[in-house]
Amino acid sequence: MSSFRQPSILPGFGLTLGFTTFFLGAVVLIPLAALVMKTATMGWDDFIKVLFAPRALASYRLTFGASLLAALVNSVFGFIIAWTLVRYEFPGRKFIDALIDMPFALPTAVSGIALTAVFAPNGWFGQFLAPLGIKVAYTWIGVTVALTLIGLPFVVRSVQPALLEVQRDLEDAAETLGAGRFYIFRRIILPTVLPALATGFTMAFARAVGEYGSVIFIAGNLPMKTEITPLLIVIKLEQYDYAGAAALGFIMLVMSFVMLLSINLLQAWGRRRLVAAAR
Amino acid sequence: MAAGPSKAILAELASRPGRDTRASSLMKAFFIGTSLLFLAALLFAPLAIVFTTAVSKGLMPYFTSFKDSDTIAAIRLTLTVAALVVPLNTIFGISAAWCIAKFEFKGKSFLITLIDLPIAVSPVISGLVYVLLFGIQGWFGIWLQDHDISIIYALPGIVLATMFVTFPYVARELIPLMQQLGNDEEEAAITLGAGGLMTFFHVTLPKIRWGLVYGVILCNARAMGEFGAVTVVSGNIRGVTTTMPLHVEILYNEYNFVGAFAVASLLTLLAVITLIIKSLVEWRTGYQRH
Repeated sequence: MSSFRQPSILPGFGLTLGFTTFFLGAVVLIPLAALVMKTATMGWDDFIKVLFAPRALASYRLTFGASLLAALVNSVFGFIIAWTLVRYEFPGRKFIDALIDMPFALPTAVSGIALTAVFAPNGWFGQFLAPLGIKVAYTWIGVTVALTLIGLPFVVRSVQPALLEVQRDLEDAAETLGAGRFYIFRRIILPTVLPALATGFTMAFARAVGEYGSVIFIAGNLPMKTEITPLLIVIKLEQYDYAGAAALGFIMLVMSFVMLLSINLLQAWGRRRLVAAAR
Repeated sequence: MAAGPSKAILAELASRPGRDTRASSLMKAFFIGTSLLFLAALLFAPLAIVFTTAVSKGLMPYFTSFKDSDTIAAIRLTLTVAALVVPLNTIFGISAAWCIAKFEFKGKSFLITLIDLPIAVSPVISGLVYVLLFGIQGWFGIWLQDHDISIIYALPGIVLATMFVTFPYVARELIPLMQQLGNDEEEAAITLGAGGLMTFFHVTLPKIRWGLVYGVILCNARAMGEFGAVTVVSGNIRGVTTTMPLHVEILYNEYNFVGAFAVASLLTLLAVITLIIKSLVEWRTGYQRH
């Protein structure tokens, strides 16, 4: 026991750890194990057949492509918004800052129908985009727009604290030594915020890959064209194809593990950077 | 008049090209303008359209849409689910935060990763795992059927799936906060003879209460708004197993836009209230997350 934990006079370790692991096991781990076991009971050939079915492949392409694009858009605009909120004082700044968390708090079904209403061909923005030949709703662009909305707070909230860490006197010193704006950005600001930006990007990407509610309304859900992988799982379940749903779910679960691991590694990288900078 | 720079020096400093003030204000305008345009298109417009569509046929149809018996049933079910899920996850969150923040033990970071897992997992999978356990063809499906217990397509399944999705929220708020506050005061209380519960309620709880409030309301917002996980386990039996977000989908697919956006406007208000409480908590404590 003594090697398992460091001694402490505070009580309740056994009780709280026991309750925590029991609850975690019952609600999260055993159900996830059921998914893995269900996948294990299907033969290897069946597993491969589900995984590489043309309809599944098309859904991966859309899910990962749109998620990647959305995370990239968020990296650019999330950085700009974080910069605006940290560096500039303007009326309504606090209000905007509070609103950034909206996609966290807003139910995904609501953002789904609202974005569809805005971007549909007769919607507020859709009616101006339609004559230009740009169809947003019911295409991959709509999927990307929905995934951009739900990923935005991850990038902004990662980058904001990192921008506060940038040493302003370093920027001033560089400027007095004749450095241009872009040079200062590239050599001082970017290196400081890069780990945070990468973390935010990965979080936004991970969240987007699994997203369901806000996408299915705007996607149109045409097989092979605008069908995301989570929707394919739901369709398989509705057809009582439990094994097929489990196989796709298993692959998405593995992806989640990989991304969670990358996020942890990126955060550790960011902390090391900060410690190194403080020395 | 020896102190302070002379007027000539000040004028010279102001005219120096070092900081180009005109370019600076252009940059500022560019950043603020781009931010506002991006947010207007992606966030403000969808928020506004929820309310304008809800009242597009006037205020009367908006309010009568809440008299629909299925809508009332959906609101009641959502409140029931939240009333069951939020207290359970709050107890879990406090328990997890206590053992993780107050003690050093092997495998702690692994435990934290496992607690965070539901956030990284697709909501559809959160529902799928319970169908695989308790569905007709699931591990316990036959046994449950024999004993006439329904979990999937019924309240227990909806509660379990919602619990899975909102599992980490309270713990994630409390763990960093309690780690930051340290153990000194608790150790002093224990040394002076206070019991564990007394120490928690009189020493720890007052220090963490605002973080706890925020964790609980965020957990509540996610519980009431969960869509993907609940879709999978609910079976969409109208007026019976449809929560508010699922009812929005049903009304929307029936082209009842006023009704759909009316229910959506309630959920949007919930999100707005959640953010207001969050701002109040941050203002009250002066503590910023992350």
